[in-house]
Amino acid sequence: MAGSATQRLWCSRAAKADLFIRGARVIDPVSGRDEVLDVLVAKGKIGAVGAGLEAPEGIHVREADGCLLIPGLVDLHAHLREPGGEEAEEIATGTAAAAAGGYVAVFAMANTDPVIDNAGLLEGLAQRARSEAVVPLGFHAAVTVGQKGERLTEMVELSEYGVAAFSDDGVPLPDANTLRRALQYASVTGRHIAVHAEDRSLTRGGVMHEGAVSARLGLGGMPSIAESMEVERALEVAAYEDARLHLCHISTAASLEHLARAKAAGVPVTAEACPHHLVLGDEAVVTLDPNLKMNPPLRSEADRKALVEAVADGIVDCVATDHAPHCPDDKEVPFEEAPFGVTGLETALTVLYDSLVREGRLGMSTLVERMSTAPAAIAGIPAPSIAEGADADLCLFDPDHTWTLDQKTVRSRSWNSPWWGAELRGRPVLTVAAGRIVWDPGA
Amino acid sequence: MTKRDLLSMDDLSRDDVDLILDTAESFLPILQRDIKKVPTLRGRTIVSFFYEASTRTSSSFDLAAKRLSADTIALKKSGSAVEKGESLKDTILTLSAYAPDIIVMRHPSAGACRLAARHTPASVINAGDGKFQHPTQCILDLFTLRQAFGRSLDGLKISIVGDILHSRVARSDIAGFRMMGMDVTLVAPPTMIPREMASLGVKVQSDLTGIAKADVIYLLRIQRERMAPGANFLPSLREYARVWGIDRSRVRPGQKVMHPGPINRGVEISGEIADDPDTLILEQVEAGLATRMAILYRTIVGYSDSVTEEE
Repeated sequence: MAGSATQRLWCSRAAKADLFIRGARVIDPVSGRDEVLDVLVAKGKIGAVGAGLEAPEGIHVREADGCLLIPGLVDLHAHLREPGGEEAEEIATGTAAAAAGGYVAVFAMANTDPVIDNAGLLEGLAQRARSEAVVPLGFHAAVTVGQKGERLTEMVELSEYGVAAFSDDGVPLPDANTLRRALQYASVTGRHIAVHAEDRSLTRGGVMHEGAVSARLGLGGMPSIAESMEVERALEVAAYEDARLHLCHISTAASLEHLARAKAAGVPVTAEACPHHLVLGDEAVVTLDPNLKMNPPLRSEADRKALVEAVADGIVDCVATDHAPHCPDDKEVPFEEAPFGVTGLETALTVLYDSLVREGRLGMSTLVERMSTAPAAIAGIPAPSIAEGADADLCLFDPDHTWTLDQKTVRSRSWNSPWWGAELRGRPVLTVAAGRIVWDPGA
Repeated sequence: MTKRDLLSMDDLSRDDVDLILDTAESFLPILQRDIKKVPTLRGRTIVSFFYEASTRTSSSFDLAAKRLSADTIALKKSGSAVEKGESLKDTILTLSAYAPDIIVMRHPSAGACRLAARHTPASVINAGDGKFQHPTQCILDLFTLRQAFGRSLDGLKISIVGDILHSRVARSDIAGFRMMGMDVTLVAPPTMIPREMASLGVKVQSDLTGIAKADVIYLLRIQRERMAPGANFLPSLREYARVWGIDRSRVRPGQKVMHPGPINRGVEISGEIADDPDTLILEQVEAGLATRMAILYRTIVGYSDSVTEEE
C-alpha cells in the first residue's frame, strides 16, 4: 500500500560524533525537560542525559554555560533552487545555511527548473542530496505537472520514492477542483497537500501588503482578502474531503480565524507561519529595501500580533522559513522590480528567540515545539528529542552571542535577508544532525 | 560635507522648503533679464537621466541647470545602454565616473532613486519615481500657491481631484501641502483612491460635494492606459467627465484651478477651463524653472541660511 511508504531524508555521510556537552539548559518539548544537564553524544546517539555526569576520558568536552540545548529544528518550507537556480542556492549551500541555523532536517519545495514532478527527477535530486546535503534533506513534489495546474503528478509513485508531501508552492492551484482531486489522491498516499493560498486576481500588480503604508508609498497593494478567501475555500474543500491539508505561510488575522474555526470542527489541517511575518510588519517596507519583499507580504501590526498569538496557542502548528534565495544581482534593483522572497534558514531561531522568547511572548519550549517537534510530525519523520538512545539531532543555542549576517558569516549563496547587515543577538553555536556535527563555528 | 539627496518630501524640513521657495523667489529677477544666466554653478556637472517620458520636468531641469551655468548631460532611456539591458546600478556607477555633482532621475519604479543614491557619491534628485514621489513638482506647486495666495498657506483649502492611486504628484503634494498647514481633500472614484489614504491626514470623498468651499481645485490627469481591458478603474471616460470632470459650472469665481500636466481636455478638465487665464496652470510651468534652479543650487551649496545668494 502506497500509504505505508515512508517519507525519506537524504544526507551526505560524515563521521558520527562523540561529544560531551556540559552544563547547558536542556529544553526538550518531547520529554518535557527544562533543566541544566550534561549530555553525552556517543557514536552519533544520545548516550546519556543527566546532572553531574562524568565525561568519558579523551572525549571532546563542550562547556555550555548559559546556552540552551534543544532538539534540532525541522523546516518544512525551503527553496533550495536546485536544479536550475544554482546561482542563488544549491543543495550544498542551502543545507549549510540550515545547519548554521540549527536545523537538522529540511524539506525542499518543488518549484525548481525543471519542476520536481516525476520520480526520475526526484531520484536524481536524491542522488545529489546523498553527496551534497549537509543536513538530512527531504523533498516535496509538485501537485500538478510543471506546476501548470492542469494534470496531477503521479503521486502514488512519487510517494513510493519517499517524497514528504505535495505542493505547487509559489503558484496557487488554479481552481477548487484541482485542489479537490489532489486532496483525494493525498489520502491514498498518506501525504498532505501544502497550499499557497492566494487569489491572483486580487494581487496582480501588487508588491506589498495593501494598507496605509502602500497608500503612502504608491506601491501596488496585495489585499489580505487575497489570502484569507483562498484559505477559507481550501478549508472547505479539505473539510468536504476529510483530507490532509497544510496551509503554507499564513499571514493574516482573517486566515487565522478561518483556520481556528476549521480546526475546532475537526478538519485535518495544519498550518505554518514564517519568521518574517512573526517579527516584521508592513511599516518596515518604508525603506523600500527589496530584502523586505516577499509573498505573502509583511502584513499589518494587527495581523502580526494575531499570528504570534496563533503560534503561541497552537492554532498555527509550526514555523517554516519559506527560505527563498535570490542572487544579489536580482535583488539589487528597485523594490517594485525585485523578485519576491527572502532567506530565512540562518536567522529564524535568532530572530524568533529575540523577538518572542526574550520579550516574554512565547516560552522557549513552545518555540522549539513549533520549530522542531510539530514540523517533524507534519512531515512524518521522528521528532528530534534529547533522550537517551535517540539519534543526536540537536542545536546548542547561545542567547547572548552577538553577530552580524554579512558576507563573512553567510552560508547561503544569497544575501536577501531582511536582517542582512544587522547586528543580531543569539545564535546556534553547534548543530548535530543525524549524529554528525554539521555546524560548529567555534571549532 | 555629506551629500544631500532629494528623494521624497520626507527629506525636507519645513525650514528647508521655505528656504528653497525664498531662493526661487530671489532667482525670479534673473529670469526677467535679457541675459538670463548667472555663473553660480559654473564648473558643476548635472546629469539628468529620464527612464520615462517627460516634457516639463526634463526641459525645466535642463534649462535651470543652464541658467546657473552648470554643465549638463541629458540622457534618455531610449538610445542608452539601458536598452541593451544594463542594470540601474551599473548605469549609475557609469555616470558617477564622470563625477557629477547631481544626478536628476526619473524612473518607473518607486525606490529607484533611493537605490541610485546608495551607489553614487553624487546628490540624487528624484524627478518622479513610480507612483511614489515627485518632490520637485510639489515644490513648484507650493511656489505657485505662494505667488497666488501670499507667503502663508496655513488653512488654505485644496481639493485634489483625479487618479490619486496612480499619482506620485498627489503623494508629494499631500506631504508638502500638509507641511504648510493646508486643508487637503481628495476626490476620486473609490477605484482610484488607495485604502487607508486618510491616514495621511487628508479628507477622502468620492464625489464633488462641497468643492465650492475649496480655495484651489488641483486636478490630476486621467491616464488613458487605466482604461485597459480588465483594469476596471473606470467604466468610461465619458462618465468620468460627467461625474468628476471640472468645467465652468463647477468652478466658482475666484477659485483657482491647478493641473501638473499634461492635461486631457474634455476628461478631467474642460477645454474652456484649460484655456482660462484665471487658472494657475501656466504659472505652474513657469514656477518649475525658478524652483528647480533653487533646488539645484541648494543641493550643491547647502541648506544653511548663512549662504548668501551670489551672482
